[in-house]
Amino acid sequence: MTPPPDPRAARGLRRFTRTETWVHRSVAWLMGVCVFTGAALYVPQLAEIVGRRRLVVTVHEWSGILVPVPVLLGLASRAFRADAGRLGRFFPHDWRWVGVALRRRRREPSLAGKFNAGQKLYAAFSVGALLVMAGTGVLMWFPRLAPLVWRTGSTFVHDWLALLFAAAITGHVYFAAQDPDARRGLRTGYVPRWWARAEHPLWQPEEPHDPPAGQPTGRHSRTP
Amino acid sequence: MDDRTPPVGTPEQHPAHDPDPGPDAGPGPEPAEPAQPAQPSDQGRGTPVGRRLVLGMLGLGAVGVGVGGAVQDRLDSVLASVSAKDPTGVTGLLPGGGGFRFYSVSDSIPHRGETDYRLTVDGLVDHRADYRLADLRALPQTRLVRDVQCVTGWRVPKTAFSGVLLSTLLETAGVRSGAAAVRFSCFDGVYTESLTLDQARRADVLVALTMNDKPVTAAHGGPVRLYVAPMYFYKSAKWLSGITVTKDVRPGYWEHYGYDVDGWVGKSNGRHDDPTS
Repeated sequence: MTPPPDPRAARGLRRFTRTETWVHRSVAWLMGVCVFTGAALYVPQLAEIVGRRRLVVTVHEWSGILVPVPVLLGLASRAFRADAGRLGRFFPHDWRWVGVALRRRRREPSLAGKFNAGQKLYAAFSVGALLVMAGTGVLMWFPRLAPLVWRTGSTFVHDWLALLFAAAITGHVYFAAQDPDARRGLRTGYVPRWWARAEHPLWQPEEPHDPPAGQPTGRHSRTP
Repeated sequence: MDDRTPPVGTPEQHPAHDPDPGPDAGPGPEPAEPAQPAQPSDQGRGTPVGRRLVLGMLGLGAVGVGVGGAVQDRLDSVLASVSAKDPTGVTGLLPGGGGFRFYSVSDSIPHRGETDYRLTVDGLVDHRADYRLADLRALPQTRLVRDVQCVTGWRVPKTAFSGVLLSTLLETAGVRSGAAAVRFSCFDGVYTESLTLDQARRADVLVALTMNDKPVTAAHGGPVRLYVAPMYFYKSAKWLSGITVTKDVRPGYWEHYGYDVDGWVGKSNGRHDDPTS
């Protein structure tokens, strides 16, 4: 008798938890609103179409300041913290990934763990950019907080970093648009096993069950 | 479990409770091995590149806030000369890339022309008046070339405005005694502005019909806008449709949100720009 197919095999490999997909989706929506309203304030042609300057300013301010909130909430999740840790750290293969990307303009999948070095750099850049945008944004939002020179400086940083950030987000969306399985990973939490082997061969996935209580995750497979 | 380069040649360790130890269970070091075998990197926890990048960006951001004003000033002059020669207009989208930024507080750009435009002068005057565009054009025209300075920082050098002196319209209407201020209303239905009577009678305050020697476009507040040369540009109300002489100054739209009623360039709103007039 044929055994019933393992539902887990059909779904593939768990890449993200529900919390992580939720954080990503919330950040994506808030960022989308923030970027669009920012463009409507900044690009004259869009500003002419949209108008309603005070409303747009308010939506921009609030969507921007709320972007970090899902991330902070996500930190309550162990899986989220583990992935944040992975994104933050470079191992020798990551340096080589960067080397290959710079020299041969190629994203070398064989040098990728759960996240490749490009994804790690993008994650760190977005966190840095987000904090700087939030900081300079708040200085402009509440003019009484800082002297005028700081406000002018904030405008300078906010405007130029916005262009850089927009370019980075465009790249992020471009790469995502090319990889339906990566998108599925963030939508459903699961990716096909062949995809993980092809794109992230150095990733050693978590076991699908929680480790026994008391045993910290991510520690027991480490050999001295 | 950590994301690190696997030790070469060490079989992957599956904990005993792994229910799915098939060949698919996890990518080991065997498949898709890189051209050079990956180096073992179990020593340490890798390099905290993410943290360094974030902290570096925060530092750069702080430096940028400190020196950004001065840097942007230099950039403005460079960008202004570049965008003057740039037929695509792309440089105009860069911060400080020159030119006007479009600010409107209403839903959409209102349009009025020859047939439906009216400028009303009323309030504490002897003769209430309605002007069509042709009536305004028939009055003596004054042309001023000054810098335009926005309170948000951008400045457009040497912009020409021409039109009827506001003082001419006030004189024609005959201001009654007891009047001390002028209030402006706009046909976008939202914006308002105001000046004291002394400010309104200055020789550099126009009811402008042209900008850079062309009729003021709808986006720039046409067909008729106010032009208060010595003040920040929020005082120069777009889409001007009403001039009302009043007893006292009533704060305009942005002035309800913290901008100064007396918006002298360089002497208000906490700014120190060079005067424009």
